[in-house]
Amino acid sequence: MSLLEARGISIAFGGLRALDSVGFAIDRGEVLAIIGPNGAGKTTLFNVVTGLYRAQSGEVRLEGRDVTGLPPHALAARGLARTFQNLQIFFRMSALENVMVGRHLKERRRLFAELLGLPSVLRENRESRAKARELLEFVGLGERAEEPASGLPYGALKRLEIARALACEPKVLMLDEPAAGCNPVETEEIDRLIVAIARRGIAVVLVEHDMKLVMRISDRVLVLEQGRVLVEGTPALVKSDPRVIEAYLGRHGLEAAHAA
Amino acid sequence: MSPGARNKVAVLSFLLLVLLLVPILLPSAFHLRVAALVWISATAALGLALLMGLAGQVSLGHAGFVGIGAYATALGPKHLGLDPLASMALGTLAAGLLALLVGRPILRLKGHYLAVATLGLGILVHLVLVSEVAITGGPDGIQVPRLELFGRRLVGPELWYWITGIVLLLAAWVALNLEDSSTGRALRGLHDSEIAASVVGVDVARHKLVVFVIAAVYAALAGGLFALFNRFVTPDVAGFLRSIELVTMVVIGGMGSIAGAVVGAALLTVLPQALTLFHEYEHALLGLLIIIFMVFLRQGIVPGLAGFLARRRSA
Repeated sequence: MSLLEARGISIAFGGLRALDSVGFAIDRGEVLAIIGPNGAGKTTLFNVVTGLYRAQSGEVRLEGRDVTGLPPHALAARGLARTFQNLQIFFRMSALENVMVGRHLKERRRLFAELLGLPSVLRENRESRAKARELLEFVGLGERAEEPASGLPYGALKRLEIARALACEPKVLMLDEPAAGCNPVETEEIDRLIVAIARRGIAVVLVEHDMKLVMRISDRVLVLEQGRVLVEGTPALVKSDPRVIEAYLGRHGLEAAHAA
Repeated sequence: MSPGARNKVAVLSFLLLVLLLVPILLPSAFHLRVAALVWISATAALGLALLMGLAGQVSLGHAGFVGIGAYATALGPKHLGLDPLASMALGTLAAGLLALLVGRPILRLKGHYLAVATLGLGILVHLVLVSEVAITGGPDGIQVPRLELFGRRLVGPELWYWITGIVLLLAAWVALNLEDSSTGRALRGLHDSEIAASVVGVDVARHKLVVFVIAAVYAALAGGLFALFNRFVTPDVAGFLRSIELVTMVVIGGMGSIAGAVVGAALLTVLPQALTLFHEYEHALLGLLIIIFMVFLRQGIVPGLAGFLARRRSA
Protein backbone atom coordinates (compact mmCIF):
# COMPACT_ATOMS: atom_id res chain seq x y z
CA MET A 1 0.00 0.00 0.00
CA SER A 2 1.37 3.36 -1.05
CA LEU A 3 1.12 6.48 1.09
CA LEU A 4 -0.74 8.40 -1.61
CA GLU A 5 -2.30 6.71 -4.59
CA ALA A 6 -4.40 8.14 -7.42
CA ARG A 7 -6.05 5.69 -9.82
CA GLY A 8 -7.92 6.15 -13.10
CA ILE A 9 -8.50 9.89 -12.67
CA SER A 10 -10.60 11.32 -15.51
CA ILE A 11 -12.03 14.79 -15.79
CA ALA A 12 -13.43 16.80 -18.70
CA PHE A 13 -14.17 20.51 -18.97
CA GLY A 14 -16.99 20.88 -21.45
CA GLY A 15 -15.89 18.72 -24.36
CA LEU A 16 -12.20 18.86 -23.48
CA ARG A 17 -10.84 15.75 -21.82
CA ALA A 18 -8.25 17.22 -19.45
CA LEU A 19 -7.33 13.94 -17.78
CA ASP A 20 -7.95 10.46 -19.13
CA SER A 21 -7.46 7.67 -16.63
CA VAL A 22 -4.30 9.04 -15.04
CA GLY A 23 -2.76 7.65 -11.88
CA PHE A 24 0.35 7.68 -9.72
CA ALA A 25 1.55 6.40 -6.38
CA ILE A 26 4.15 7.70 -3.95
CA ASP A 27 5.69 6.61 -0.65
CA ARG A 28 7.33 8.31 2.34
CA GLY A 29 10.48 10.28 1.53
CA GLU A 30 10.07 9.90 -2.23
CA VAL A 31 10.19 12.73 -4.75
CA LEU A 32 7.89 12.30 -7.74
CA ALA A 33 7.97 14.88 -10.51
CA ILE A 34 5.07 15.35 -12.89
CA ILE A 35 6.17 16.89 -16.18
CA GLY A 36 4.69 17.46 -19.59
CA PRO A 37 4.06 20.17 -22.18
CA ASN A 38 1.71 23.06 -21.37
CA GLY A 39 -1.88 21.89 -21.21
CA ALA A 40 -0.91 18.28 -20.49
CA GLY A 41 -3.07 18.30 -17.33
CA LYS A 42 -0.42 18.56 -14.61
CA THR A 43 -2.08 21.28 -12.54
CA THR A 44 -5.49 19.72 -13.17
CA LEU A 45 -4.20 16.47 -11.68
CA PHE A 46 -2.92 18.45 -8.68
CA ASN A 47 -6.26 20.16 -8.23
CA VAL A 48 -8.16 16.86 -8.37
CA VAL A 49 -5.88 15.17 -5.83
CA THR A 50 -6.01 18.17 -3.43
CA GLY A 51 -9.80 18.43 -3.61
CA LEU A 52 -10.19 21.67 -5.58
CA TYR A 53 -11.71 19.85 -8.59
CA ARG A 54 -13.97 16.84 -8.51
CA ALA A 55 -13.00 14.07 -10.93
CA GLN A 56 -15.66 12.38 -13.04
CA SER A 57 -14.10 9.02 -12.31
CA GLY A 58 -11.19 7.52 -10.47
CA GLU A 59 -10.19 7.47 -6.84
CA VAL A 60 -7.60 8.94 -4.51
CA ARG A 61 -6.34 6.97 -1.51
CA LEU A 62 -4.30 8.38 1.35
CA GLU A 63 -2.79 5.77 3.67
CA GLY A 64 -5.17 3.25 2.14
CA ARG A 65 -8.29 5.27 2.94
CA ASP A 66 -10.53 6.55 0.19
CA VAL A 67 -10.36 10.38 0.22
CA THR A 68 -11.86 11.00 -3.23
CA GLY A 69 -13.88 14.21 -3.38
CA LEU A 70 -13.11 15.37 0.16
CA PRO A 71 -12.89 19.17 0.48
CA PRO A 72 -9.36 20.67 0.74
CA HIS A 73 -9.59 21.40 4.48
CA ALA A 74 -10.51 17.77 5.22
CA LEU A 75 -7.60 16.54 3.07
CA ALA A 76 -5.27 18.87 4.95
CA ALA A 77 -6.44 17.27 8.19
CA ARG A 78 -5.39 13.88 6.80
CA GLY A 79 -1.91 15.05 5.94
CA LEU A 80 -2.02 16.50 2.43
CA ALA A 81 -0.55 19.98 1.92
CA ARG A 82 0.18 21.95 -1.23
CA THR A 83 1.53 25.16 -2.74
CA PHE A 84 0.30 27.04 -5.79
CA GLN A 85 1.72 27.86 -9.19
CA ASN A 86 0.35 31.41 -9.00
CA LEU A 87 1.07 32.33 -5.39
CA GLN A 88 -1.70 32.20 -2.80
CA ILE A 89 -0.24 34.32 0.00
CA PHE A 90 -1.99 36.10 2.87
CA PHE A 91 -0.66 39.48 1.74
CA ARG A 92 -2.08 41.50 4.62
CA MET A 93 -0.20 39.40 7.18
CA SER A 94 3.46 39.17 8.12
CA ALA A 95 5.59 36.27 6.91
CA LEU A 96 5.43 34.79 10.40
CA GLU A 97 1.64 35.08 10.58
CA ASN A 98 1.32 33.40 7.18
CA VAL A 99 3.10 30.35 8.55
CA MET A 100 1.12 30.56 11.82
CA VAL A 101 -2.10 30.11 9.83
CA GLY A 102 -0.52 26.89 8.60
CA ARG A 103 -0.56 25.68 12.23
CA HIS A 104 -4.37 25.92 12.22
CA LEU A 105 -5.02 22.18 12.47
CA LYS A 106 -2.46 21.73 15.24
CA GLU A 107 -4.16 24.37 17.37
CA ARG A 108 -7.11 23.44 19.57
CA ARG A 109 -9.40 26.23 18.38
CA ARG A 110 -11.89 26.37 21.25
CA LEU A 111 -13.87 29.48 20.41
CA PHE A 112 -14.94 30.49 23.92
CA ALA A 113 -11.44 30.13 25.31
CA GLU A 114 -10.24 32.28 22.39
CA LEU A 115 -12.86 35.00 22.99
CA LEU A 116 -11.83 35.19 26.65
CA GLY A 117 -8.12 35.11 25.82
CA LEU A 118 -7.52 32.30 28.33
CA PRO A 119 -3.91 31.40 29.25
CA SER A 120 -4.19 28.16 27.25
CA VAL A 121 -4.83 30.21 24.09
CA LEU A 122 -1.92 32.54 24.77
CA ARG A 123 0.34 29.54 25.36
CA GLU A 124 -0.83 28.06 22.07
CA ASN A 125 -0.11 31.36 20.29
CA ARG A 126 3.42 31.25 21.66
CA GLU A 127 3.89 27.63 20.53
CA SER A 128 2.59 28.41 17.04
CA ARG A 129 4.82 31.47 16.80
CA ALA A 130 7.91 29.47 17.85
CA LYS A 131 7.11 26.67 15.42
CA ALA A 132 6.49 29.13 12.59
CA ARG A 133 9.78 30.88 13.29
CA GLU A 134 11.58 27.53 13.16
CA LEU A 135 10.05 26.78 9.76
CA LEU A 136 10.96 30.22 8.41
CA GLU A 137 14.56 29.52 9.47
CA PHE A 138 14.35 26.17 7.68
CA VAL A 139 13.33 27.78 4.38
CA GLY A 140 15.85 30.61 4.86
CA LEU A 141 13.44 33.43 5.72
CA GLY A 142 14.23 33.67 9.44
CA GLU A 143 15.38 37.26 9.19
CA ARG A 144 12.29 38.48 7.39
CA ALA A 145 9.75 36.91 9.76
CA GLU A 146 8.18 40.17 10.93
CA GLU A 147 8.00 41.78 7.49
CA PRO A 148 4.63 42.09 5.78
CA ALA A 149 4.30 39.38 3.13
CA SER A 150 3.33 42.01 0.56
CA GLY A 151 6.88 43.41 0.70
CA LEU A 152 8.74 40.15 0.07
CA PRO A 153 10.31 39.35 -3.32
CA TYR A 154 8.91 36.60 -5.52
CA GLY A 155 11.50 33.96 -4.65
CA ALA A 156 10.93 34.51 -0.93
CA LEU A 157 7.17 34.15 -1.36
CA LYS A 158 7.68 30.79 -3.06
CA ARG A 159 9.59 29.60 0.00
CA LEU A 160 7.05 31.22 2.34
CA GLU A 161 4.34 29.05 0.77
CA ILE A 162 6.46 25.98 1.34
CA ALA A 163 6.99 26.93 5.01
CA ARG A 164 3.24 27.46 5.44
CA ALA A 165 2.50 24.05 3.89
CA LEU A 166 5.12 22.41 6.14
CA ALA A 167 3.46 24.01 9.18
CA CYS A 168 0.59 21.55 8.65
CA GLU A 169 3.08 18.75 9.34
CA PRO A 170 1.96 16.99 6.16
CA LYS A 171 2.68 13.42 5.11
CA VAL A 172 2.44 14.41 1.46
CA LEU A 173 3.55 17.79 0.11
CA MET A 174 2.44 18.79 -3.38
CA LEU A 175 4.43 21.63 -4.96
CA ASP A 176 3.02 23.23 -8.10
CA GLU A 177 5.98 24.72 -9.99
CA PRO A 178 8.05 25.67 -6.93
CA ALA A 179 10.85 27.16 -9.06
CA ALA A 180 8.74 28.96 -11.66
CA GLY A 181 9.92 32.54 -12.13
CA CYS A 182 12.96 32.02 -9.89
CA ASN A 183 16.50 32.88 -10.97
CA PRO A 184 19.17 30.13 -11.03
CA VAL A 185 20.35 30.93 -7.48
CA GLU A 186 16.82 30.81 -6.09
CA THR A 187 16.14 27.62 -8.03
CA GLU A 188 19.13 25.98 -6.44
CA GLU A 189 17.88 26.99 -2.98
CA ILE A 190 14.47 25.45 -3.71
CA ASP A 191 16.24 22.38 -5.03
CA ARG A 192 18.11 21.92 -1.73
CA LEU A 193 14.96 22.63 0.23
CA ILE A 194 12.99 19.88 -1.53
CA VAL A 195 15.74 17.33 -0.90
CA ALA A 196 15.78 18.32 2.79
CA ILE A 197 12.00 17.97 3.01
CA ALA A 198 12.05 14.51 1.45
CA ARG A 199 14.79 13.52 3.89
CA ARG A 200 12.37 14.31 6.72
CA GLY A 201 10.22 11.45 5.42
CA ILE A 202 7.66 13.58 3.61
CA ALA A 203 6.47 12.40 0.21
CA VAL A 204 6.97 15.24 -2.30
CA VAL A 205 4.99 15.45 -5.53
CA LEU A 206 6.01 18.33 -7.77
CA VAL A 207 5.02 19.81 -11.08
CA GLU A 208 7.99 21.55 -12.62
CA HIS A 209 9.19 22.94 -15.94
CA ASP A 210 12.83 23.28 -14.99
CA MET A 211 14.18 20.00 -16.39
CA LYS A 212 17.55 20.30 -14.68
CA LEU A 213 15.85 20.60 -11.31
CA VAL A 214 13.53 17.68 -12.05
CA MET A 215 16.31 15.38 -13.19
CA ARG A 216 18.50 16.29 -10.20
CA ILE A 217 16.13 15.67 -7.35
CA SER A 218 13.40 13.28 -8.49
CA ASP A 219 13.29 9.59 -7.67
CA ARG A 220 10.70 9.06 -10.36
CA VAL A 221 9.22 11.13 -13.16
CA LEU A 222 5.69 10.93 -14.56
CA VAL A 223 5.26 12.39 -18.04
CA LEU A 224 1.79 13.57 -19.04
CA GLU A 225 0.72 14.45 -22.54
CA GLN A 226 -2.75 15.61 -23.53
CA GLY A 227 -4.25 14.25 -20.33
CA ARG A 228 -2.64 10.81 -20.54
CA VAL A 229 0.36 9.17 -18.92
CA LEU A 230 3.07 8.98 -21.57
CA VAL A 231 5.88 7.41 -19.56
CA GLU A 232 6.72 6.83 -15.93
CA GLY A 233 10.14 5.91 -14.59
CA THR A 234 13.50 7.06 -13.28
CA PRO A 235 14.88 10.38 -14.57
CA ALA A 236 17.49 8.56 -16.68
CA LEU A 237 14.87 6.35 -18.30
CA VAL A 238 12.51 9.22 -19.01
CA LYS A 239 15.23 11.43 -20.43
CA SER A 240 16.15 8.88 -23.09
CA ASP A 241 12.60 7.85 -24.01
CA PRO A 242 11.92 8.81 -27.64
CA ARG A 243 8.24 9.51 -26.91
CA VAL A 244 9.23 12.10 -24.32
CA ILE A 245 11.70 13.78 -26.64
CA GLU A 246 9.06 13.88 -29.32
CA ALA A 247 6.44 15.32 -26.99
CA TYR A 248 8.79 18.08 -25.92
CA LEU A 249 10.74 18.84 -29.08
CA GLY A 250 8.53 17.49 -31.86
CA ARG A 251 9.65 15.08 -34.64
CA HIS A 252 12.58 17.29 -35.51
CA GLY A 253 13.85 16.99 -31.99
CA LEU A 254 13.66 13.24 -32.25
CA GLU A 255 15.66 13.23 -35.48
CA ALA A 256 18.18 15.62 -34.00
CA ALA A 257 18.52 13.38 -30.96
CA HIS A 258 19.11 10.37 -33.24
CA ALA A 259 21.60 12.24 -35.34
CA ALA A 260 23.54 13.30 -32.30
CA MET B 1 5.37 40.59 24.54
CA SER B 2 3.91 39.34 21.26
CA PRO B 3 2.66 41.90 18.69
CA GLY B 4 -0.92 40.76 19.41
CA ALA B 5 -0.55 41.33 23.16
CA ARG B 6 1.11 44.70 22.59
CA ASN B 7 -1.76 45.83 20.37
CA LYS B 8 -4.27 44.58 22.96
CA VAL B 9 -2.68 46.63 25.75
CA ALA B 10 -2.37 49.73 23.54
CA VAL B 11 -6.00 49.74 22.36
CA LEU B 12 -7.49 48.94 25.77
CA SER B 13 -5.45 51.58 27.60
CA PHE B 14 -6.39 54.14 24.94
CA LEU B 15 -10.07 53.33 25.43
CA LEU B 16 -9.74 53.39 29.22
CA LEU B 17 -8.01 56.76 29.07
CA VAL B 18 -10.77 58.26 26.91
CA LEU B 19 -13.38 56.72 29.16
CA LEU B 20 -11.83 58.35 32.23
CA LEU B 21 -11.15 61.72 30.58
CA VAL B 22 -14.55 62.46 29.04
CA PRO B 23 -16.46 62.96 32.35
CA ILE B 24 -13.66 65.26 33.58
CA LEU B 25 -13.52 67.40 30.45
CA LEU B 26 -17.22 67.33 29.52
CA PRO B 27 -19.22 66.74 32.68
CA SER B 28 -22.60 68.05 31.48
CA ALA B 29 -25.53 65.62 31.27
CA PHE B 30 -25.87 66.35 27.55
CA HIS B 31 -22.26 65.43 26.79
CA LEU B 32 -22.43 62.27 28.88
CA ARG B 33 -25.56 61.22 27.01
CA VAL B 34 -23.86 61.74 23.65
CA ALA B 35 -20.82 59.85 24.90
CA ALA B 36 -23.01 56.93 26.02
CA LEU B 37 -24.54 56.88 22.52
CA VAL B 38 -21.02 56.74 21.10
CA TRP B 39 -20.12 53.74 23.29
CA ILE B 40 -23.31 51.96 22.19
CA SER B 41 -22.73 52.61 18.48
CA ALA B 42 -19.11 51.62 18.89
CA THR B 43 -20.13 48.27 20.39
CA ALA B 44 -22.27 47.52 17.33
CA ALA B 45 -19.54 48.79 14.98
CA LEU B 46 -16.95 46.57 16.69
CA GLY B 47 -18.85 43.43 15.74
CA LEU B 48 -19.15 44.64 12.16
CA ALA B 49 -15.43 45.51 12.17
CA LEU B 50 -14.67 41.87 12.98
CA LEU B 51 -16.89 40.70 10.12
CA MET B 52 -15.59 43.24 7.58
CA GLY B 53 -12.06 43.86 8.74
CA LEU B 54 -10.98 40.36 9.71
CA ALA B 55 -13.03 38.18 7.39
CA GLY B 56 -13.74 40.60 4.53
CA GLN B 57 -17.49 39.93 4.56
CA VAL B 58 -20.04 42.74 4.40
CA SER B 59 -23.40 42.98 6.14
CA LEU B 60 -25.70 45.68 4.74
CA GLY B 61 -28.50 44.95 7.18
CA HIS B 62 -26.67 44.98 10.44
CA ALA B 63 -29.08 47.47 12.02
CA GLY B 64 -31.63 44.65 11.72
CA PHE B 65 -29.78 42.81 14.49
CA VAL B 66 -29.59 46.04 16.50
CA GLY B 67 -33.37 46.29 16.09
CA ILE B 68 -33.90 42.72 17.29
CA GLY B 69 -31.86 43.41 20.43
CA ALA B 70 -33.62 46.72 21.09
CA TYR B 71 -37.17 45.46 20.54
CA ALA B 72 -36.62 42.23 22.47
CA THR B 73 -35.64 44.38 25.45
CA ALA B 74 -38.73 46.56 24.98
CA LEU B 75 -41.25 43.79 24.27
CA GLY B 76 -40.13 41.06 26.68
CA PRO B 77 -41.35 42.92 29.78
CA LYS B 78 -44.55 44.09 28.05
CA HIS B 79 -45.78 40.86 26.45
CA LEU B 80 -44.03 38.09 28.40
CA GLY B 81 -43.65 39.75 31.78
CA LEU B 82 -39.90 39.17 31.68
CA ASP B 83 -37.19 41.20 33.37
CA PRO B 84 -35.68 43.75 30.90
CA LEU B 85 -32.20 42.32 31.40
CA ALA B 86 -33.40 38.76 30.72
CA SER B 87 -35.27 40.06 27.65
CA MET B 88 -32.08 41.66 26.40
CA ALA B 89 -30.20 38.37 26.83
CA LEU B 90 -32.97 36.54 24.96
CA GLY B 91 -32.89 39.12 22.15
CA THR B 92 -29.14 38.75 21.82
CA LEU B 93 -29.50 34.98 21.67
CA ALA B 94 -32.29 35.29 19.07
CA ALA B 95 -30.14 37.57 16.89
CA GLY B 96 -27.29 35.05 17.07
CA LEU B 97 -29.60 32.18 16.10
CA LEU B 98 -31.09 34.18 13.22
CA ALA B 99 -27.59 34.94 11.94
CA LEU B 100 -26.75 31.24 12.15
CA LEU B 101 -29.90 30.32 10.23
CA VAL B 102 -29.44 32.95 7.49
CA GLY B 103 -25.65 32.68 7.29
CA ARG B 104 -25.39 28.91 7.04
CA PRO B 105 -26.64 28.44 3.47
CA ILE B 106 -25.24 31.76 2.19
CA LEU B 107 -21.70 31.61 3.50
CA ARG B 108 -21.01 28.39 1.62
CA LEU B 109 -21.09 30.49 -1.55
CA LYS B 110 -18.27 32.70 -2.68
CA GLY B 111 -18.80 36.37 -3.40
CA HIS B 112 -21.00 39.12 -2.05
CA TYR B 113 -24.13 37.08 -1.39
CA LEU B 114 -23.97 37.89 2.31
CA ALA B 115 -24.25 41.63 1.59
CA VAL B 116 -27.36 41.07 -0.55
CA ALA B 117 -29.00 38.63 1.88
CA THR B 118 -28.38 40.83 4.92
CA LEU B 119 -29.70 43.82 2.99
CA GLY B 120 -32.96 41.90 2.58
CA LEU B 121 -32.92 40.73 6.18
CA GLY B 122 -32.47 44.27 7.52
CA ILE B 123 -35.35 45.58 5.42
CA LEU B 124 -37.52 42.67 6.56
CA VAL B 125 -36.86 43.32 10.26
CA HIS B 126 -37.61 47.02 9.79
CA LEU B 127 -40.83 46.20 7.94
CA VAL B 128 -42.05 43.86 10.69
CA LEU B 129 -41.31 46.46 13.37
CA VAL B 130 -43.23 49.12 11.45
CA SER B 131 -46.27 47.06 10.44
CA GLU B 132 -46.95 44.78 13.43
CA VAL B 133 -48.50 47.69 15.28
CA ALA B 134 -50.34 45.52 17.84
CA ILE B 135 -47.10 43.97 19.06
CA THR B 136 -44.38 46.53 18.36
CA GLY B 137 -46.29 49.77 18.61
CA GLY B 138 -45.61 50.45 14.93
CA PRO B 139 -43.82 53.51 13.54
CA ASP B 140 -44.54 55.56 16.66
CA GLY B 141 -42.22 53.38 18.70
CA ILE B 142 -42.54 51.89 22.15
CA GLN B 143 -41.64 52.70 25.73
CA VAL B 144 -39.01 50.56 27.48
CA PRO B 145 -39.43 49.89 31.22
CA ARG B 146 -36.81 51.21 33.60
CA LEU B 147 -34.05 48.77 34.53
CA GLU B 148 -33.88 47.81 38.20
CA LEU B 149 -30.99 45.95 39.76
CA PHE B 150 -31.06 44.74 43.40
CA GLY B 151 -34.07 46.96 44.05
CA ARG B 152 -32.28 50.05 42.72
CA ARG B 153 -33.47 51.92 39.66
CA LEU B 154 -30.68 52.51 37.20
CA VAL B 155 -31.13 56.11 36.10
CA GLY B 156 -29.04 59.16 35.29
CA PRO B 157 -26.67 59.95 32.43
CA GLU B 158 -23.54 59.41 34.52
CA LEU B 159 -24.49 55.88 35.53
CA TRP B 160 -25.36 54.98 31.93
CA TYR B 161 -22.14 56.54 30.72
CA TRP B 162 -20.24 54.03 32.85
CA ILE B 163 -22.49 51.04 32.06
CA THR B 164 -22.18 51.55 28.30
CA GLY B 165 -18.48 52.43 28.58
CA ILE B 166 -17.67 49.24 30.48
CA VAL B 167 -19.67 47.12 28.02
CA LEU B 168 -17.67 48.70 25.18
CA LEU B 169 -14.41 48.01 27.00
CA LEU B 170 -15.38 44.35 27.47
CA ALA B 171 -16.56 44.10 23.85
CA ALA B 172 -13.22 45.52 22.65
CA TRP B 173 -11.30 43.13 24.91
CA VAL B 174 -13.19 40.12 23.46
CA ALA B 175 -12.68 41.39 19.89
CA LEU B 176 -8.95 41.83 20.47
CA ASN B 177 -8.74 38.34 21.97
CA LEU B 178 -10.41 36.91 18.89
CA GLU B 179 -8.04 38.79 16.61
CA ASP B 180 -5.04 37.28 18.41
CA SER B 181 -6.18 33.65 18.23
CA SER B 182 -6.20 30.70 15.88
CA THR B 183 -9.70 31.62 14.67
CA GLY B 184 -8.68 35.27 14.16
CA ARG B 185 -5.65 34.30 12.10
CA ALA B 186 -7.77 31.90 10.02
CA LEU B 187 -10.27 34.71 9.36
CA ARG B 188 -7.58 37.17 8.30
CA GLY B 189 -6.13 34.46 6.09
CA LEU B 190 -9.36 33.62 4.29
CA HIS B 191 -9.89 37.35 3.72
CA ASP B 192 -6.79 37.30 1.48
CA SER B 193 -7.12 33.84 -0.06
CA GLU B 194 -9.91 31.39 0.66
CA ILE B 195 -8.12 28.69 -1.33
CA ALA B 196 -4.89 29.05 0.61
CA ALA B 197 -6.78 29.03 3.91
CA SER B 198 -8.68 25.88 2.97
CA VAL B 199 -5.58 23.92 1.94
CA VAL B 200 -4.00 24.50 5.35
CA GLY B 201 -7.13 23.06 6.93
CA VAL B 202 -9.35 26.09 7.59
CA ASP B 203 -13.04 25.28 7.19
CA VAL B 204 -13.80 28.53 5.36
CA ALA B 205 -17.61 28.37 5.46
CA ARG B 206 -17.66 27.54 9.17
CA HIS B 207 -15.29 30.36 10.07
CA LYS B 208 -17.27 32.95 8.13
CA LEU B 209 -20.42 31.75 9.88
CA VAL B 210 -18.80 32.03 13.32
CA VAL B 211 -17.73 35.64 12.79
CA PHE B 212 -21.12 36.57 11.28
CA VAL B 213 -22.89 35.22 14.38
CA ILE B 214 -20.46 37.10 16.66
CA ALA B 215 -21.13 40.32 14.71
CA ALA B 216 -24.90 39.81 15.08
CA VAL B 217 -24.53 39.24 18.84
CA TYR B 218 -22.53 42.48 19.20
CA ALA B 219 -25.22 44.37 17.29
CA ALA B 220 -28.10 42.94 19.33
CA LEU B 221 -26.24 43.66 22.56
CA ALA B 222 -25.82 47.28 21.46
CA GLY B 223 -29.52 47.41 20.54
CA GLY B 224 -30.57 46.15 23.96
CA LEU B 225 -28.28 48.61 25.66
CA PHE B 226 -29.70 51.44 23.58
CA ALA B 227 -33.28 50.48 24.53
CA LEU B 228 -32.44 50.43 28.25
CA PHE B 229 -30.52 53.69 28.04
CA ASN B 230 -32.94 55.63 25.84
CA ARG B 231 -36.07 54.03 27.35
CA PHE B 232 -37.82 54.49 24.03
CA VAL B 233 -37.26 52.76 20.68
CA THR B 234 -38.66 53.31 17.20
CA PRO B 235 -38.27 51.10 14.11
CA ASP B 236 -35.65 53.61 12.95
CA VAL B 237 -32.99 51.74 14.98
CA ALA B 238 -33.29 48.90 12.45
CA GLY B 239 -33.55 51.15 9.37
CA PHE B 240 -31.48 50.80 6.24
CA LEU B 241 -29.73 54.12 6.82
CA ARG B 242 -28.63 52.90 10.26
CA SER B 243 -27.06 49.85 8.59
CA ILE B 244 -25.20 52.10 6.20
CA GLU B 245 -24.08 54.27 9.10
CA LEU B 246 -22.60 51.22 10.83
CA VAL B 247 -20.72 50.22 7.68
CA THR B 248 -19.49 53.81 7.33
CA MET B 249 -18.21 53.84 10.91
CA VAL B 250 -16.11 50.76 10.21
CA VAL B 251 -14.82 52.02 6.86
CA ILE B 252 -13.99 55.55 8.03
CA GLY B 253 -12.34 54.33 11.22
CA GLY B 254 -10.27 51.79 9.32
CA MET B 255 -11.43 48.34 8.27
CA GLY B 256 -8.97 46.08 10.04
CA SER B 257 -8.80 48.13 13.20
CA ILE B 258 -10.65 47.67 16.51
CA ALA B 259 -9.73 51.19 17.65
CA GLY B 260 -10.85 52.45 14.23
CA ALA B 261 -14.39 51.18 14.77
CA VAL B 262 -14.61 53.23 17.97
CA VAL B 263 -13.20 56.36 16.31
CA GLY B 264 -15.62 55.93 13.38
CA ALA B 265 -18.56 55.50 15.75
CA ALA B 266 -17.53 58.61 17.68
CA LEU B 267 -17.28 60.68 14.52
CA LEU B 268 -20.64 59.60 13.10
CA THR B 269 -22.46 60.01 16.42
CA VAL B 270 -20.94 63.34 17.42
CA LEU B 271 -21.01 65.04 14.02
CA PRO B 272 -24.82 65.04 13.61
CA GLN B 273 -25.10 66.50 17.15
CA ALA B 274 -22.58 69.20 16.25
CA LEU B 275 -24.22 69.85 12.90
CA THR B 276 -27.85 70.09 14.06
CA LEU B 277 -28.08 73.20 11.90
CA PHE B 278 -27.72 70.98 8.84
CA HIS B 279 -30.21 68.38 10.06
CA GLU B 280 -32.02 68.35 6.73
CA TYR B 281 -28.80 67.43 4.97
CA GLU B 282 -27.50 64.95 7.54
CA HIS B 283 -27.44 61.99 5.16
CA ALA B 284 -26.09 64.03 2.29
CA LEU B 285 -23.22 65.04 4.59
CA LEU B 286 -22.74 61.39 5.52
CA GLY B 287 -22.38 60.51 1.85
CA LEU B 288 -19.95 63.37 1.29
CA LEU B 289 -17.89 62.21 4.26
CA ILE B 290 -17.58 58.70 2.84
CA ILE B 291 -16.45 60.09 -0.51
CA ILE B 292 -13.86 62.37 1.10
CA PHE B 293 -12.43 59.55 3.20
CA MET B 294 -12.31 57.15 0.28
CA VAL B 295 -10.42 59.70 -1.78
CA PHE B 296 -7.96 61.02 0.82
CA LEU B 297 -7.64 58.39 3.55
CA ARG B 298 -8.57 55.12 1.95
CA GLN B 299 -7.31 52.91 4.76
CA GLY B 300 -9.42 54.76 7.31
CA ILE B 301 -8.47 57.08 10.15
CA VAL B 302 -6.59 54.81 12.55
CA PRO B 303 -4.49 52.72 10.10
CA GLY B 304 -3.97 55.84 7.95
CA LEU B 305 -2.60 57.87 10.86
CA ALA B 306 -0.52 54.95 12.12
CA GLY B 307 1.05 54.60 8.68
CA PHE B 308 1.67 58.37 8.50
CA LEU B 309 3.40 58.38 11.91
CA ALA B 310 5.51 55.33 11.00
CA ARG B 311 6.65 57.05 7.79
CA ARG B 312 7.56 60.25 9.66
CA ARG B 313 9.54 58.32 12.25
CA SER B 314 11.55 56.48 9.62
CA ALA B 315 12.06 59.62 7.52
